[in-house]
Amino acid sequence: MCGRILESCGKIDSGAKKLPQKDALALMPIDWKAYEPGSFFDELISSPGYPRKPARVLAKYLASLSDDELKRRHDSVQHAIRTMGISFTVYSEAGNIDREWPFDPIPRIITSKEWETTSRGLAQRLHALNAFIHDVYNDGKILKDKVVPRELIADSGNYRSQCQGMKPKHGVWAHVCGTDLVRDADGKFYVLEDNLRVPSGVSYMLENRTVTKRVFPELFENYDIQPIGDYPGCLFDMLASLSPRKTNRPEIVVLTPGIFNSAYFEHSFLAQQMGAELVQGSDLIVDDDRVYMKTINGLAPVDVIYRRIDDLFMDPTVFNKDSTLGVAGLLQAWLKGNVGLANAPGAGVADDKVIYTYVPAMIKYYLGEDPILPNVPSYLCCVESECDYVLKNLDKLVVKPANESGGYGMLMGPRASRKERDEFALRIKANPRNYMAQPLVALSTAPIMANDGVEPRHVDLRPFILQGKDTYVTPGGLTRVALVKGSYVVNSSQGGGSKDTWIVNEEPN
Amino acid sequence: MLSSVAERVYWLGRYLERVENAARLINVYSQMLFDLPTGSHLGWGILIDITGCNADYDRLGLPMEEKQIVRYLVADPKNPASLLGSIHMMRENARTTREIIPADAWEHFNNLYLKMKETASQSLSRRGRQQLLEDVIGDCQRLFGLLAGSMNHDTAYAFIQIGRKVERADMTSRMVDVGSISLLPAFTRDTKERVILEPYENVIWMNVLRCLGGYQAYRQKVQHAVGGEEVVRFLLQDEEFPRAIGYCLKDMVTYLNKLPNNQDVLHAVARAKKVTTQADISSLLQRGLLDFIDELQISFADIHEELNNTWFMPMELRKARPAQSQSSDDGRQRQIQTI
Repeated sequence: MCGRILESCGKIDSGAKKLPQKDALALMPIDWKAYEPGSFFDELISSPGYPRKPARVLAKYLASLSDDELKRRHDSVQHAIRTMGISFTVYSEAGNIDREWPFDPIPRIITSKEWETTSRGLAQRLHALNAFIHDVYNDGKILKDKVVPRELIADSGNYRSQCQGMKPKHGVWAHVCGTDLVRDADGKFYVLEDNLRVPSGVSYMLENRTVTKRVFPELFENYDIQPIGDYPGCLFDMLASLSPRKTNRPEIVVLTPGIFNSAYFEHSFLAQQMGAELVQGSDLIVDDDRVYMKTINGLAPVDVIYRRIDDLFMDPTVFNKDSTLGVAGLLQAWLKGNVGLANAPGAGVADDKVIYTYVPAMIKYYLGEDPILPNVPSYLCCVESECDYVLKNLDKLVVKPANESGGYGMLMGPRASRKERDEFALRIKANPRNYMAQPLVALSTAPIMANDGVEPRHVDLRPFILQGKDTYVTPGGLTRVALVKGSYVVNSSQGGGSKDTWIVNEEPN
Repeated sequence: MLSSVAERVYWLGRYLERVENAARLINVYSQMLFDLPTGSHLGWGILIDITGCNADYDRLGLPMEEKQIVRYLVADPKNPASLLGSIHMMRENARTTREIIPADAWEHFNNLYLKMKETASQSLSRRGRQQLLEDVIGDCQRLFGLLAGSMNHDTAYAFIQIGRKVERADMTSRMVDVGSISLLPAFTRDTKERVILEPYENVIWMNVLRCLGGYQAYRQKVQHAVGGEEVVRFLLQDEEFPRAIGYCLKDMVTYLNKLPNNQDVLHAVARAKKVTTQADISSLLQRGLLDFIDELQISFADIHEELNNTWFMPMELRKARPAQSQSSDDGRQRQIQTI
């Protein structure tokens, strides 16, 4: 099943044998023979004692470290994360806490051969999604041709009628996309969802690499790892390509909801890395349909806004009237073509779990190509025959609402009680448009350094794709790990952590 | 540069300076008390006076004794004026300007905070205290060195420097105030103390100079034995010693000249300078410094006020100029300020 489930799945048998009890904080030397991924696909180890070919050097190296040495590396990871101030914010009743980023030092390895295909698949997908969004807000051809039912658009919580007829530069609406990939037991990547609104996590991907370089510098001699450090530069170039003004140095700003947002670290990090201004709504003002920022020199025009606040909070004159985070008049300035907005308002119309099921059809329709990356098989409750199947097989399926994110309002069929399933069936019947169902994906695992040695944990992968004038896909992405044994929950706020992800160019010797 | 960011880096500079000064003050004051006779009645309460925390300290009903006062001034997370509190504010200002602060400087800001959180309680013992405070002073100096050596010396840097000098001028004026306790019967509650303290006058002034790291600089320049009048003149008017108020004001002008629309602030600095240069120090020392120090501090507060009005205040309150204004000045206003 997917990485968003908010319940603990502690009962799933990971196949790991009970290891001898050790002192809580003592690390022992790594023994790969004691590592059992069970029936899941493991990213590094094919069966106990047998690392996959690209992981052999890594596995051997880790096994060669003494317990003292392991402890030292483990401590230096914690130290690096603390000093670098890599943190995320947790909301709680006692106030917002800035927590250190949980990180596991054993990298995940993917071969460049596999990644080459995956990366093409991701770019293909985003091209089709952008063609779709542009079509929806303009000619509506795909709706006229009945490839995607028109009523799905009208009912979508992320459709913004104000954007109808808008033609943003390059015809692109979703400029930054975070696509969640999962690997099933068959070892194949499947697309779980496309995040087209304000996807986050890329700063952690970059910082994870920095930490790994500090902690395991030796490994970088033996592996040819594709660098990821040019992401901020690519993001800057993409944003610059959206500037309505022809200028060598467009003024680009990152719009953050502020320091209390859980992704503030990332907003600040990206602004710093791009050399862009980090602004809040109160730093901007719209005058005569043009956007300015308040500077010590007076008002300075803004060309492109990389906004990290939701559509609905962006402009209180159009959307949420009570929003103090946004800028009055911003939407109008964008509609007039006076400012570039990434991602464009309304792009979320394609970030919908029901629309998701049509992405393979969109790829065929707009690009005339076969989809390179498969979706997780899905059943739509608004299609009568599929809805029947869902209702009859609730105990085998995971049912998700179309517009919610963060795993809210979903049913984990295999683990739900009879009563819960019956109640959920009523909800589906009352509003079939709002639901879709998928079989449980047996997420792949990767080894983490646990107190008792290396143990398998479930992972997913979020690569980031940029589209403006050109398209760029990160080599790898953010691997998120469910740090709790047996859990499928990879969210950082729920005990999730992350790993560095390596795309290695060839097998090391 | 964004007005909101300018304000934060200005405060970053102020807090960084405040942390260093507070550490110097507590350190030297501890040293000085060891030099004075036990019967001098010169207590730890003066530290509470200098830092302006009297009301809060009274409210808490804490006793006027060494450990409590030092804990309150160094390690109390609830006291925003404590060393720990200032370091926290400094880190928050750095955290919210990370897009401007060099990445390795941010790591140092962060480390200083993390270290202080763990070790602040060491300040309760006299031995641990000196080490801790000297470490903090060293860390602050290293941080400024790092900023000076790796940041563009642009507007952001100018705001840090201005913040730093406003804070420093203010602190030096407070230190002059400390020195004057040896001269002022009005300051002490018991006239007998004056008699007791008089022979120690020079010890106190020497410690004031040490606190500001200026003993050597003073000896090289003034060449007199350490005495009240010379020290006060040196600390108020000298334009070469970096902790003298004269220097701070001169340096502010240097950085203000890099900023747009700076006239009102420059005028405020000129007014403060007039207060220091026109002071008749020998007669002031006869009459008492209290009123003079007040006047001086008000002139510093005016500088801060003008900075606020000119650059930090949200523009809608300042009535942004109409967009269609044709004046050439407005054209300049609208140019993009890149950092």
